[in-house]
Amino acid sequence: MSVLSDSLIEDLKKQGVLVTSIEALYNWGRSNSVWPLQFGLACCAIEMIAASMARFDLSRFGSEVFRPSPRQADLMIVSGTVTKKMAPQVVRLFNQMPDPKYVIAMGACAISGGPFKQGYNVLKGVDRFIPVDIYIPGCPPRPEALLHGLMELQKKIRAQKLTGENRAKYFDAAQPGEYPIPSFGEHDLEPSKNAALWSPAQVARKD
Amino acid sequence: METPENILARLQAAFPSAKIELLPNGCPSQPPSLLLDPAFACEIATFLKNDAALRLDHATNVTGVDWPKEGYIEAVYHLFSMEKKHGPLIIRLRTANRDTAVVLPSLTPVWRSADLQEREIFDLFGIKFEGHPDLRRILMWDGFKDHPMRKDYVAPDDFEYEPTAHDDVLERAQQHFSKNA
Amino acid sequence: MDTSFSSQKEIDARERGGLGTERLEVAFGPHHPSTHGVFRMDVVLEGEKIVSLKPVFGYLHRNHEKIGESVSYLGIIPYTDRLDYLCSPTSNWGFVLACEKLAGLEAPERAQYIRVILAELTRLVNHTCLAGFLAQDLGAMGTPLMYAFRERENILDLFESLTGARMMVNYFRFGGCRCDLPEGWLQGVSRVLDAYSKFLDEFEALLTGNEILLQRTQGVGVLKADLAINAGITGPCLRASGVNYDLRKVDAYGIYSRFPFRVPIGEHGDCFDRYMVRILEMRESIGILRQAVREIPAGPIMDAKAKTRSIRPKAGEVYGRIESPKGELGFYLIADGSPSPYRYRIRPPSFINLTVLEEMCLGLTVADAVAILGSIDIVLGEVDR
Repeated sequence: MSVLSDSLIEDLKKQGVLVTSIEALYNWGRSNSVWPLQFGLACCAIEMIAASMARFDLSRFGSEVFRPSPRQADLMIVSGTVTKKMAPQVVRLFNQMPDPKYVIAMGACAISGGPFKQGYNVLKGVDRFIPVDIYIPGCPPRPEALLHGLMELQKKIRAQKLTGENRAKYFDAAQPGEYPIPSFGEHDLEPSKNAALWSPAQVARKD
Repeated sequence: METPENILARLQAAFPSAKIELLPNGCPSQPPSLLLDPAFACEIATFLKNDAALRLDHATNVTGVDWPKEGYIEAVYHLFSMEKKHGPLIIRLRTANRDTAVVLPSLTPVWRSADLQEREIFDLFGIKFEGHPDLRRILMWDGFKDHPMRKDYVAPDDFEYEPTAHDDVLERAQQHFSKNA
Repeated sequence: MDTSFSSQKEIDARERGGLGTERLEVAFGPHHPSTHGVFRMDVVLEGEKIVSLKPVFGYLHRNHEKIGESVSYLGIIPYTDRLDYLCSPTSNWGFVLACEKLAGLEAPERAQYIRVILAELTRLVNHTCLAGFLAQDLGAMGTPLMYAFRERENILDLFESLTGARMMVNYFRFGGCRCDLPEGWLQGVSRVLDAYSKFLDEFEALLTGNEILLQRTQGVGVLKADLAINAGITGPCLRASGVNYDLRKVDAYGIYSRFPFRVPIGEHGDCFDRYMVRILEMRESIGILRQAVREIPAGPIMDAKAKTRSIRPKAGEVYGRIESPKGELGFYLIADGSPSPYRYRIRPPSFINLTVLEEMCLGLTVADAVAILGSIDIVLGEVDR
């Protein structure tokens, strides 16, 4: 698109000439048909259902097609507390989704464990095992927040490059599409986190 | 409903060799509870369920309580009657200690409602219920070794990121970093 | 899989000259569209018939009880919201009731009425959603659930204007309620109620006489009264089996003795009765709500003795229970004089209602098991806690 300036494209549009690129068209199509996995974990799942119902109407954004099978889904909405007993299944479901795939961590529990953080069976954030694209805070987030999260994800998808240095990760065969599934240990999950994916945030202090 | 004192007297008459005790309760709105002899628990439970005046057919709340200082684990049963619409009568069973002799008789054959709840006690407190039809872990996974609801349970060390730590969480976070430093 | 069994079966079948069926183990869940969350059933099938069904719990075990032992009594209230996340006001009430017994507090008149209004609105929300989910499980993809959630939103608007939150109300306090009703709120309740009776008629016209619903639910998952009592089944599931046991009548907690409502009782204990009992309960709830809106007095909303921040009950123990939309929700507390309970236990109705799931499903098909599970009405936050 570098040949034509944005203002020229706008001018042409006014004349009834649509100029676009394969990349923009492709991403436009993808971002407006993000099919989520029908996958509810806890309280947030109810708000996720509410978002797909009449008042909030998720289908305005092309995402009402909740797929029961991970093989047909593009987006995993981790809607609720991920317990240690559930974590391997969540990772397995993520692995079964075909690329390109995205993850929304919906609610405080999926982000960090939330109010249940100190529970012995609660995973302190789903990003310890799978990569998360969008975090939606709230306990539970309102359906509007989920809609906003989805729109942010759409922006993210539209900005993905098909070619060049910064092209999307899923074009790179060397990048992992699947992540190791933790196993049940005697006291905790083994390993308790995916160290390649997650490390504790560093607090930078100005002296 | 009869007072627990009354029930105690009748139980002692019916089971003269059983050791039954009345435990006081500090809360005025709830009756004292009966501490039963584990050896006679099943018979007493059947008696309470079938007695014409009591008919305690509804064992609602079955739970464990850990008492590390006193050195035993308790199983507590709250009994109501759906037929007579009265209750509660609270009965308790105590293990001999907290690690080696943690066996209690299961009351699932008497009240089916104890089924899942006794499994839960086995899982979280580690009381082994003798005569339970299907005693497996229920909430935690099968290979799990600890009993997390015990007071001395130590949660796994994943305290590396605690942005707003305080009290015992702060302590655990500091321990984590001193260990890994 | 038991291969010796299947081979034996094949030999038998060959001798009979027919076709053999092999036993098939299917794990339903924890990710399955009709298990209402992260619930798992390990089912053994012979053909399409269920020969064994073992429920597997714990996928949402988030340690309410352990956490409750380390936070203050007041701090537990928001956690009770997240127990049964479809109906947080009743969970609030159960816990607050137990604490009030422990601390010797009593809510004033006005607060009692507010509690009844919230609890009955919650019952409407829960039963409507249940009917929607049940219909969804039976294959009515979308439509009834859309209707149910449309009405639910109207009630959630009321919750939001009163408490600030749609789902997690965190509203009940020891000895009263957190804040008084906003202006015009009761008129809002009346408006919702007027619309709700019409909605129920519409909803029933869609569902109750529907041939498919009748075929799929009548005579399916029969639960006999004596087994239901012995297994501790409570709530609409128990009453559908013909046992008249409603804690609003039996314990008459709060001010329920002032409301002359009827308790719907089923006859057969099948899925249809469980559905119908809930529909009828909603109609009774509307009556209770109308009376409460009419009679609610002015006055304080907190017990004068109550400390707003925290309570420190004397050593002792208490069991408080209420009729939540799912059944008997009990809270067992042991206090030791400190600001947090020594032992905090929840008696979850939907967990114990699953005790006899296997008995209800044996000999039926997989599709029936889905209908039965839908009619029991579980919420995983409460099942696994």
